[in-house]
Amino acid sequence: MTTLTDPPKESFRLSMLIYDTRYRSLTIQAVAMIGFMLLAAWLINNTMVNLNTLGKQPEFGFLMEPASYDINQRLLEYSSRDTHLRASFLGLLNTLLVALLGCITATIIGVFVGVLRLSKNWIVAKIMTVYVEMFRNVPVLLWIVLAMAILIESLPAPRAFRGETPSATMNLFDTVAVTNRGVYVPEPLFSNSLGNIHLFGTSSMRFDISLDLMLILAVVVASIFGIRAVNAQAKRIQESTGDRPNTLWKNLAIFFVPLIVVLYALGFHLGYPALKGFNFQGGTHLRNSLIALWLALSLYTAAFIAEIVRGGIMAISHGQTEAANALGLRPGKTMRLVILPQALRVIIPPMISNYLNLTKNSSLAIAVGYMDITGTLGGITMNQTGRELECVLMLMACYLIISLSISAVMNWYNNRVKLVER
Amino acid sequence: MSDMSFVRTEMLPEKEPPANSVGVIGWARANLFDGVVNSALTLLSLAFIYYVLSGLLPWVFQSVWNASSLTECREIMEATWASTHGHACWAVINDRWLQLLYGFYPPYPATPDVVFGATEGALPAYFRPNLAFVLLLLAIAPVLFTKVPRQLLIVTAAYPFLMPWLMWGGSIWGPLMAAAGFGIGYLAYRILAPIAGELVAIIAAIAVPVIWWLFLAGSVAAGLESVISISIPEVESRKFGGFMLSILIGVVAIGASLPIGIFLALGRQSDLMILKALCVGFIEFIRGVPLITLLFVASVLLNIFLPPGTEFDIILRVLIMVTLFAAAYMAEVIRGGLAALPKGQYEGADSLGLNYWQAQRLIIMPQALKISIPGIVSTFIGIFKDTTLVSIIGLLDPLGLSNAIRADSAWNGIYWELFAFIAFLFFIFCFGMSRYSMYLERKLHTGHK
Repeated sequence: MTTLTDPPKESFRLSMLIYDTRYRSLTIQAVAMIGFMLLAAWLINNTMVNLNTLGKQPEFGFLMEPASYDINQRLLEYSSRDTHLRASFLGLLNTLLVALLGCITATIIGVFVGVLRLSKNWIVAKIMTVYVEMFRNVPVLLWIVLAMAILIESLPAPRAFRGETPSATMNLFDTVAVTNRGVYVPEPLFSNSLGNIHLFGTSSMRFDISLDLMLILAVVVASIFGIRAVNAQAKRIQESTGDRPNTLWKNLAIFFVPLIVVLYALGFHLGYPALKGFNFQGGTHLRNSLIALWLALSLYTAAFIAEIVRGGIMAISHGQTEAANALGLRPGKTMRLVILPQALRVIIPPMISNYLNLTKNSSLAIAVGYMDITGTLGGITMNQTGRELECVLMLMACYLIISLSISAVMNWYNNRVKLVER
Repeated sequence: MSDMSFVRTEMLPEKEPPANSVGVIGWARANLFDGVVNSALTLLSLAFIYYVLSGLLPWVFQSVWNASSLTECREIMEATWASTHGHACWAVINDRWLQLLYGFYPPYPATPDVVFGATEGALPAYFRPNLAFVLLLLAIAPVLFTKVPRQLLIVTAAYPFLMPWLMWGGSIWGPLMAAAGFGIGYLAYRILAPIAGELVAIIAAIAVPVIWWLFLAGSVAAGLESVISISIPEVESRKFGGFMLSILIGVVAIGASLPIGIFLALGRQSDLMILKALCVGFIEFIRGVPLITLLFVASVLLNIFLPPGTEFDIILRVLIMVTLFAAAYMAEVIRGGLAALPKGQYEGADSLGLNYWQAQRLIIMPQALKISIPGIVSTFIGIFKDTTLVSIIGLLDPLGLSNAIRADSAWNGIYWELFAFIAFLFFIFCFGMSRYSMYLERKLHTGHK
């Protein structure tokens, strides 16, 4: 039996696709999808036609051809007879190198400036404000090019170090030479070296791992585990007896004694740069391009990090400090146990996105001739081979992978420290 | 009782506060010399400031303004101060400032072959870019400040069509016909809405102008031009440069990225899965790659993606890519604003019976945009700063020109003065924008503190 309250029987009409909110969303999505597919098809078709006309079918064989250009600042061995793939790989490592160096220095400077901007001392706070505004409001490319110009034009040439009364001298007890061709710093050498492990044979990705460094790293890691064990034991004693044994000397010994023994056994010594002929020999040569890029990116990003740090500390309400004081915590412990853990939750996500920006900005290396991935794959390789499509796509893919992995880390961290409410 | 009273009947006069806790001294004691560490920091800072200023001020003010090359500059310095160090050579700016501002844009485009100041025109030099800049100020004034007369919004509406005409020149009918497309769309909507219903009218209002722009506008403009010719001399894109180019790219990217960014943000927040996936993919892709790779796309790839034979102006290609780049960042900023709104606002809009677009327009967007003002403005500043990247693909923005000037034999070896000048101009623009955002935040801060 049907009653009056039964709804009328549904019948689907075509107009419901547009007027019924239940179906409208489907319609919109279908239209959007079709539109997107048409656009993509149109672009791909155009590309195919154009590439056919130019006679450049997309293929990646060019990566295996000899690159025949030089990469002067490099982490692995390379010669101009190596392939484009090898050159790009070294470029990628250079990108990661400058990004890592930049992130470390930018964080140090940024935290320093950010904390000083909150200083009660008016004049210090103002100086830091000037620093932040100066760097934030001027393009980073200008800072990079300016840093490069200063390094090239104002530093002494290597020949200024020569002669009886040289017009320039080396710094830091004659160990570091700052010249207009770059900075020469001492390099670590091992007289009883264990040698290297060669990975990937003779392919473009071949990679040498120094066993000496591996051994040192292993010792340091083991020492850190040892220190943690000592601290854990100290904590156990403290919890059972109330007295915490002094662990400072023990920890220092655990860290330094094995390290020094290993360094001695390996015959560790520093190789100092020395003027030979027209240039410095020995030591590690940091080119101007690397230093200019590193310096400019660090100072620029530090201005942003300073603002983040300042904002993060200010975001913690004063009641937290007062509550910590009421509990009888000393100022140092208040900072370490109460303020910082809360401020870090606010600070770290934007900080990581600034690291990401720094990594992306490192692509401006091309303006000063630092051979990062943009300079190799997107620069000389692209111009030499004329493979624009493949090179730009690979370049984008590299940056996307870096960005997405950093984002993944950020999301993981955010989820870990997220306040769980209600 | 006696009338002797031991209670004071009148107040004592107020005493001056101790001299060392008020005024300059009090302020200095509280802010500068509060303890040993603070005093030491203050003295250190003062020494630092003295060191910087003692180098900077003579450099800036005891300087050479008139010279034709760096060598001449140094000779003058040697003759005047007996030293070439510590004195700026602003002569390079004096010599090249028109180039730094306008690139190779002809001052009198009527005689396109004359590059610098050979003929006198009836109008002042660089009349067209200057007029475009003044109109820009007029056009954004009513958007930025509520006290400006509302009638100026007409300039704002006309500016997108007027500016390209002034800058690139050519016939006025092209921009007019482009503007007419919007009028035609509106007419189509008004005519069809009562006859065929709302939906058909909306579709027609979108489709008719597109057909007009793609197929009709060009020939109509050409026809009108042949009947009534109103045109000014054309200027090629490769002559654009200097700050004019930076401002052009910045303004177009900023103006176009905000609406695109709003739609991308709405798409990303919407429940429509496919739409959301497309928006997320676009935003994350653009944000994941550096701008320089997108500029490579503009300079070498965009012509490959378009139908064979399409010849695209390089500045237009750069504008498209920079706008897309800016839109992705803008979308993320606005999404932050949308996410920060309490859910009650959405539910309130629903309970009033507003549909999606009404709710967005009247309730959600005004609040979301207000929350995201600081982020929006810092994105604007970022875009304006990023316009310098076009120098890498060979456009002559101030940095590109500075490289050219430094490569010139007359000015080889100069760098501080040039970069200081460029940095100063960028600083003025960016700092101005950030101050405006603070003003706007204060003005719109209607909620409780």
